[in-house]
Amino acid sequence: MTHREKIDARGAFCPGPLMELIAGLKLVEVGDEIEVWSSDKGSAKDIPEWIAKVGHELVENEECEGYWSVVVRRAK
Amino acid sequence: MNTKILVVGGGLAGTIVANGLCRQLSTELRSGSVNITMLGTSDQHLYQPGLLYVPFGKIRESQLFRNQRKVLDRRVPYFIDPATKINCDANEVTMESGKTFKYDYLVIATGSRIRPDTIPGMAEGAHWFYDLDGARKMRDALDEFEGGKIVVNVNAPHKCPVAPLEITFMLQEHLKSKGIEDKSEITYTYPIGRLHALEPVAEWATKEFDKYGIKSETFFNTKSVDPAAKTITSEEDVTLNYDFLVTIPPHNGAQVIEDSDLGKGGWVPTDKLTLNREGSDNVFVVGDTTNIPISKAGSTAHFEADATIDNIASLVTEGRRARDYDGKVFCFIETGLDSGTYVWFNYTTPPNPGAPSQMIHWFKLAYNRLYWLSARGLL
Repeated sequence: MTHREKIDARGAFCPGPLMELIAGLKLVEVGDEIEVWSSDKGSAKDIPEWIAKVGHELVENEECEGYWSVVVRRAK
Repeated sequence: MNTKILVVGGGLAGTIVANGLCRQLSTELRSGSVNITMLGTSDQHLYQPGLLYVPFGKIRESQLFRNQRKVLDRRVPYFIDPATKINCDANEVTMESGKTFKYDYLVIATGSRIRPDTIPGMAEGAHWFYDLDGARKMRDALDEFEGGKIVVNVNAPHKCPVAPLEITFMLQEHLKSKGIEDKSEITYTYPIGRLHALEPVAEWATKEFDKYGIKSETFFNTKSVDPAAKTITSEEDVTLNYDFLVTIPPHNGAQVIEDSDLGKGGWVPTDKLTLNREGSDNVFVVGDTTNIPISKAGSTAHFEADATIDNIASLVTEGRRARDYDGKVFCFIETGLDSGTYVWFNYTTPPNPGAPSQMIHWFKLAYNRLYWLSARGLL
């Protein structure tokens, strides 16, 4: 079963959801997943944009009630 | 039985908590029904934001330090005996000396530390100003610098989120004042897709960068530094050449947090409203040590400390918590060597920085001295 950690970054203006994800990925193993919750709809765009550039995997990206949930798998 | 309050960490957050509790619990301290003890790592208290000025010779080193015992209320015994194990199940902390301290309430304020050693080549190839030794070396190297490519490289996570922009603008003015602006080029790298985590600050910085011709490389997360070739490479496969590399290194929390299995990376899982360690109603976490997705900054530590003082004092005297922390952060932003602005926000209010002015810069300079009143819990 894949290990998944959650970062609840709802309402986080600084450093914000993507920066929290970047910091969080350094603390998990390759193959582990991080689920980021963000109240900023920009996260649904900028997290996948970074994931594509850096080479991790986007597992899920969905709008929930009042927030976005983005799941990323550390690939390297 | 008296109530034992233990503060682990003698930085800003821990010191404000201890001093504030002395004021709110003065009757109980006098009667002996409460005692407050602090464990720290040094006899000196460092004003960390002052390090920003060291590379430019704009602050005297004596202004950065005070004797911790003099900053701390004299009713708080202070032991330079760092915690090596925190056991929240047994309510006890073991120190380097081997002694063990039992507590009723624990405040964890062990802070964060720079980790240039976690990126290959960074410690050998880069300058930084986040500790005194690094700031001195950067000052000496800047004195020798006669122009070339400067890279200001920002890594996640880091404390004081505006410092990377401040150092960039200050470097720009420094180059101009030395008359080597035309022979130099600054490139600023940032982990996400804009110049700062706060969108309004990023928008403002973009215009300023355009005005001064400062280049940028966003989505840049450092993979390695090659000190011999003088290159820095990102996880996104971008390589930049440099003649002078300034880095804001990635940070971790304290080793004792990891050694005590209290949180990965040294960050303690913390309730963002109560500031309790998750699962421990008698353990509070303040300052950089928390894993709350919020700026690791002195003002965060200060406002968290204020809430924690109220809550511990209320628990001791009334048996109930007093209030939640609202996520407040306030940061001055130096926009050059003689202008500044500020930004504040909390969990529900977005940031909205104002126009820079010389007056705000002067206020920041005044705060460089007023800090000591903050640490004493008077401001």
